[in-house]
Amino acid sequence: MNMRPTFTRDVAELPTHAFSYRSLTWWGIIGFMVIEGVAFAMAIAAYFFLMSQEQSWAPQPWEPPSFVAGTLFTIVMLLSEIPNTMVKKAAESYDVGRVRRLMPWIVAIGVLLLILRGFEFNSLNILWYENAYGSILWTLLLLHTVHIGTDWVDTVVLWRLMKTPHGEEPRRLVDTDENALYWRFVWLTWLPIYALIYWVPRLFR
Amino acid sequence: MTSALEKAKAPPTNVPRDGPDLTGAELDDKLAKTWSNPPGFIGWLSSVDHKDIGRRYIITALVFLALAGLLAAVIRLQLSRPGNDFISAQRYNEIFTMHGTTMMFLFAVPVMQGMQIYLTPLMLGTRSIAFPRLTAFSFWMYLAGGSLLWVAFILNIGPDIGWFAYPPLSGPQFGIGKRADIWAQMVTFTEIAALAVAVSLTATILKQRAPGMTLPRMPIFAWATLVTSLMVIFSMPSVALTSSMLLSDRLVGTQFFNPAERGDVLLWQHLFWFFAHPEVYIIFLPATGFVSEIVATFSRRSIVVYPIIVLSLVATGILAFGLWVHHMFATGLPRVGYSFYTAASIAVSVPTGLQIFAWIATIWEGRPKMQVPMLYVIAFIITFVIGGLTGVIIAAVPLDLQLHDTYFIVAHFHYVLIGGAVFPLLGAITYWFPKFTGRMMSDALGKTSFWMIFLGFQLAFFPMHIAGIYGMPRRVYTYPAGMGLELPNLLSSIGSAVVAAAVLLFVINMVKSVLAGRKAKPNPWGAPGLEWVTSCPPPRYNFAHIPVVESRTPLWDAGETMQVIHGLRVEDRELLLTTVLSAEPDVREPSAKPAPWPLIAAIAVTVMFVCSIFSPWAVLFGTVPATVALVAWFWPKSPVPDPEPTIS
Repeated sequence: MNMRPTFTRDVAELPTHAFSYRSLTWWGIIGFMVIEGVAFAMAIAAYFFLMSQEQSWAPQPWEPPSFVAGTLFTIVMLLSEIPNTMVKKAAESYDVGRVRRLMPWIVAIGVLLLILRGFEFNSLNILWYENAYGSILWTLLLLHTVHIGTDWVDTVVLWRLMKTPHGEEPRRLVDTDENALYWRFVWLTWLPIYALIYWVPRLFR
Repeated sequence: MTSALEKAKAPPTNVPRDGPDLTGAELDDKLAKTWSNPPGFIGWLSSVDHKDIGRRYIITALVFLALAGLLAAVIRLQLSRPGNDFISAQRYNEIFTMHGTTMMFLFAVPVMQGMQIYLTPLMLGTRSIAFPRLTAFSFWMYLAGGSLLWVAFILNIGPDIGWFAYPPLSGPQFGIGKRADIWAQMVTFTEIAALAVAVSLTATILKQRAPGMTLPRMPIFAWATLVTSLMVIFSMPSVALTSSMLLSDRLVGTQFFNPAERGDVLLWQHLFWFFAHPEVYIIFLPATGFVSEIVATFSRRSIVVYPIIVLSLVATGILAFGLWVHHMFATGLPRVGYSFYTAASIAVSVPTGLQIFAWIATIWEGRPKMQVPMLYVIAFIITFVIGGLTGVIIAAVPLDLQLHDTYFIVAHFHYVLIGGAVFPLLGAITYWFPKFTGRMMSDALGKTSFWMIFLGFQLAFFPMHIAGIYGMPRRVYTYPAGMGLELPNLLSSIGSAVVAAAVLLFVINMVKSVLAGRKAKPNPWGAPGLEWVTSCPPPRYNFAHIPVVESRTPLWDAGETMQVIHGLRVEDRELLLTTVLSAEPDVREPSAKPAPWPLIAAIAVTVMFVCSIFSPWAVLFGTVPATVALVAWFWPKSPVPDPEPTIS
């Protein structure tokens, strides 16, 4: 500093963590959500671009995807918001014990979803290399699977961390809160993709 | 053990903090120790200092500029006379592809982000960038992507498909070998790097401004950085997606761009240009930020109509997303499409025009000093206006169809990109050189190289308009005699030799000045921004005490003393977070210590990406080491938490 300082406010009393938009990592996560959201939006734009050139969608003679696995997946995904909200609220009220009890459930739901996702790939009724319709369906599903997979790994790591003494550190509760926020994004992005994979190819036959 | 809630309520008080009792040399010593890099080469590789990373970005980008410039010299040598056989048609394809790809992906965007990484935290009055390890990771990814491209070129498997890699030429049917795959994967590397930087800069600008630096008091360069970072976030996923589609068409047989299987090559053009048109502004807007800072300092008055300039930046950022189809006029469009994209392409000149008038008014109202950075600003205004005007006229479809893929377009975009971005960059390097190195660049050498670059540029690129109007197509390795193309091409080649000599002179000036330039005072130009409060070059911790800001030109208004806040920890890395709009002090935030993990993670991801050019299974197996590296990056290194949070 080349100029003489005049001291004004003492910031030592400020907290070392904060939830939501007061947190720095929250902004980072929002940034990455926007990036992933734009990637999904562009994939969806590609879907409609390819669809606009077809007489029917799914193109004849391919059958639209069978919707049992996908619908089951969607139901579990929507229900997962219940424990997700519970863990988010527990983190915001600094209830570490409750966070520690709930995290394994979130991890288990992730495993269930990944298994159901495997069946979804098997029910598309087309392979990625058969035509561009197949390619875009597989891309949308794969992109979202990467989403689920990365969030699942995040959640496992966070769960293990919360079990250590570091779990008592308030900033780890902020991490938990933001992990739950990200999960909301994961299931919200699924809803339009679910419609595009399973319902639009039925409605525009 | 204290419960989480108790911890949250009662931060410990027995920790050394800056303030009236800890200031001056004693504070500097403690902060220097806390913020220094570990010793040795490993410590150098582990640095997360935004100044180190920014400098690495800038130097690497300048090396790529030199390499791509050499290719440009080869191109001009080949085209200096008709029917030349200096290089073959195939080699020419590779060379213009490497020139364009390197300039756009490895020079222009990274050099601007490098300047932003270095300067933004200093301008905002904070000790570090928001996510320093992510920023370090981004640099290694960028370096790996650039190396991949150039190693491939040296091994004679470099891309030969043009910088926008249109299928079907780049697709599995015509793009044989691995040339196109290397191009597409290089895109993935650079996009990850640019996106990581954009997120770090956005969070830094929104949350780490000095107390009192409300949004309306933010330096215009920081506004330009915010707008470009958001543009990166909204545009780059598009090219990352489409280059992945191209790779998967080539590697696993998807059919996105294959018309025989219900795909469409135009899908590529849409997704590519949805990124690549905004990219032009991602390169140009930081340059306008340089210009605003330089104009204010050298006119010795604050910038005229600051709100108009900020709104122009934001408007350009938004309008830039509505123009991409003007690159596709020649593909055939519905009539309404032609009208819309013509109107949008003309409209984007309005906010830029407003900025130019604001700079002219500032110079007019001020007491301008014509030093080297200001000369580059004048050259920028002249050159960019010419390039902008040719841009406005080719927004008209009939003229565009006539001039599409001719040298007129080559002239146009070199006028806007070199005039609009490289001239301000050279001015900015001269302007902030004392900040980067502690020394001034030579004025005499600076002026000589300026005039050579400015005049050489006009000689190199103005005749290309004529060649284009005469019908000379882009990307053709030679041309026949007797079509009136000899003179414009010869002039262009002579001009490019002058530019090359001038750039060499600029580099000599840089090297000479680093070694033996005049030592810089803390504020050598008498500038108003916070980056000049601290020494040249700045210490590792940037600011001993965090300054408080009460105007847009804090140094001009401060008087003898600087108001500061105090109470940040000095034995751990700590930052001050402020509120998004009004910049009120809000949270004390730990900042990451140096770590090798960003580099290790980048190596793991690089291995995965490079192997995935050859086998799709690499994506699956490659995620394991990448995940391990990322978890190790995040995982706390001490068994129990510190009394106050740290990021180890």
